[in-house]
Amino acid sequence: MLSKKQKDLIAEIWEGLISVADDIGADALLSVSCVPRSVRRMFASYPGTKTYFSHLDISHRSAHLLSHGKKIVLAIAEGAKDISQLTVTLAPLQTLHAYQLRIDPTNFKLFSHCMLVSLACHMGEDFTPEAHAAMDKYLSAFAAVLAEKYR
Amino acid sequence: MSPALPDTFAQKALTASLSLALRLILFDGCLSECRSAQTWGLITSTADKMVVWTDFERSTIQDIFSKMDYEVVGPAALTRCLIVYPWTQRYFGNFGNLYNAAAIMGNPMVAKHGTTILHGLDRGVKNMDDLKTTYAELSVLHSEKLHVDPDNFKLLSDCLTIVVAAQLGKAFTAEVQAAFQKFLAVVVSSLGRQYH
Repeated sequence: MLSKKQKDLIAEIWEGLISVADDIGADALLSVSCVPRSVRRMFASYPGTKTYFSHLDISHRSAHLLSHGKKIVLAIAEGAKDISQLTVTLAPLQTLHAYQLRIDPTNFKLFSHCMLVSLACHMGEDFTPEAHAAMDKYLSAFAAVLAEKYR
Repeated sequence: MSPALPDTFAQKALTASLSLALRLILFDGCLSECRSAQTWGLITSTADKMVVWTDFERSTIQDIFSKMDYEVVGPAALTRCLIVYPWTQRYFGNFGNLYNAAAIMGNPMVAKHGTTILHGLDRGVKNMDDLKTTYAELSVLHSEKLHVDPDNFKLLSDCLTIVVAAQLGKAFTAEVQAAFQKFLAVVVSSLGRQYH
């Protein structure tokens, strides 16, 4: 589905984002915080998505928001390491989303879009159309696999 | 004689719930998901009465577009759309070489058309309180002559959002994004209005 070139591009982008996260001393969350920022963007542009978080404190810079955003980015980054194994990598998350969270899959599209916006803000010109296409394709595949156990 | 429920009460309740539904739908960006003509008619018929712009939204939109170089952003958005969503190329059969990303990015007809599109958006920026009328003619054009699937308007507007995000970086905050996307959503809705 994704070409080798696209897979390499994606792995490269995520490696760059995660390696900054490992450096706890620095303003580490700055890059990885592109994901909590994505979540915040999603809440601002698509308020309906907030309904899934009524049990958490999702105000600006809340601990819940940051930790949740980080969980998501790590899962996406993990998947990016070997895209051909997405179904295996995501198996536990598939079960979680299908039987417990039951998030309507339309929301995955909304989040993916906000992820892309955050990446564009972070990478500027480096977020070329090719990178954008590859990332969009990957996030669509990720969302599709995540929803596989729904029915 | 039972007390008559004032018609205005029922009307207000209906309008209030329609307005809430509309706002949810607009913000959810689900316009393209509404297939049934009936729902579409309902949404678009109330859309023009319902769009209220906050001061923040108004000034954000004016600010972004006033600082924008249409001849850079327009082509960037259109080329991005043609590359990221290649099926959109179906509408540009007579544009020459769209064979790969490099060809698309170097194609002068694409660049020119991208600029044209941005100037079209500019009209909306200058008429934010009557987007329905502003885009009526263009809507007919896209429907009757160009036969463009209205879903494509959303694809292009997403690409435009990404281009602007890349340019503004941190300044493209969640609130700015929401305002920008709201504007584009109403434009997209106005453009789809005359389809039948």
